[in-house]
Amino acid sequence: MFFWIVQRDLLLAVRRRSDVLTTLFFFIIVVSLFPLSVGPEMNMLRTMAPGVVWVAALLASMLSLGRLFASDYLDGTLEQMLLSPHSLPFLVLGKALAHWLVSGVPLVMMAPVLGIQYDLPLDALFVLTLSLMLGTPVLSLIGAIGAGLTLGLRGSGVLVSLLVLPLYIPVLIFGAGAVEANMAGVEFDAHLSLLGAFLLVSIVFAPWAAAASLRVSME
Amino acid sequence: MFQGTNLACVRGDRKLFESISFKLEAGGLMQVNGPNGSGKTSLLRILCGLSSPGMGIISWNDVAIGTLGSEYFRELTYIGHLSGTKDDLTALENLRISSALAGQKISDKQAQDALTYMGLRGRESLPAKVLSQGQRRRVALARLLVCKTKLWILDEPLAALDVSAVKLMQALLEQHLKQEGMVIMTTHQDIDVTAASTIQLQLA
Repeated sequence: MFFWIVQRDLLLAVRRRSDVLTTLFFFIIVVSLFPLSVGPEMNMLRTMAPGVVWVAALLASMLSLGRLFASDYLDGTLEQMLLSPHSLPFLVLGKALAHWLVSGVPLVMMAPVLGIQYDLPLDALFVLTLSLMLGTPVLSLIGAIGAGLTLGLRGSGVLVSLLVLPLYIPVLIFGAGAVEANMAGVEFDAHLSLLGAFLLVSIVFAPWAAAASLRVSME
Repeated sequence: MFQGTNLACVRGDRKLFESISFKLEAGGLMQVNGPNGSGKTSLLRILCGLSSPGMGIISWNDVAIGTLGSEYFRELTYIGHLSGTKDDLTALENLRISSALAGQKISDKQAQDALTYMGLRGRESLPAKVLSQGQRRRVALARLLVCKTKLWILDEPLAALDVSAVKLMQALLEQHLKQEGMVIMTTHQDIDVTAASTIQLQLA
């Protein structure tokens, strides 16, 4: 069933490509505007690169959170999911995975290309991609909790940002920190290990929390 | 046996209904009647387990549905106001995915047959967004043909359906009731379904 949901959400994303492209273009535009506006000061660009790329990835991921459950909620599919004999946390995990594949993976793939604008050295680009690879699924999983809680509310976009941003901050700090550590010539393993730990913890707990929040929202 | 005891529903500070009790045996039909806003949909959602009643107990074979959890959902098909059809998927994909979600994986052939029965032959591979309201309803109702659940809870299943589709639904319901199934439904249209036992539940 897990794969059915993933497959369905990917199929829907293919049929509705503009949604996917919006997230990706937002990311590309934000990251590309900084070098243009700040000027070609190589050292400054290099120091700000990890932070800018990570903040942009975080905002882009948040931009697409509203769509995670909203369309299923509006057309009644969500009711059917709650009444499904399959376990709801698993369905939520499937949806979060599909969300990451659609909105997270393109960002991870674009990041090294965009990093070149900031004159990042090759190994820093590698660490940046790696940190995004570990960090963006955490954003999707934590975001699912916020999206579930704010389902069907007016102004849910603002509310979801307020709810999930504090939870995103550790991911941001260690994600950007890994790249900074690498460029400073320090070991970056610890940062990536922590990101990996965040990922494992959120894979285990976020689907349950999101499922519970969906049940509350649908009451 | 499906039983509700002393059910009540409160929305805000308004009491929608209270002390509703019923007992539905195999092969029984329960029609929920009442004017707009009397809490028909709320009652059906409570019976499904989507929302919890303000008071009272709902039991399936003498076990409260809250404790049964997914075991109860395995016996239940709910079709609400929102049909759960995705605009961007074709009728066939919609049916296959919604059945899989309900725990009943079906083949392309089975889905095709069900859609043909519902009068959607030749429209299986059209995206649902180009279908009319009645046709979407038919896609949603086609799930009843492929599911093997005991209890059907239908909220206004006849809305937007034409005369021939209403006849089709009537036959479908009677067949289900004959096979010891149970149906709980609301409708504002006249429909004559023969059942082993019929309960008329009137909400004020």
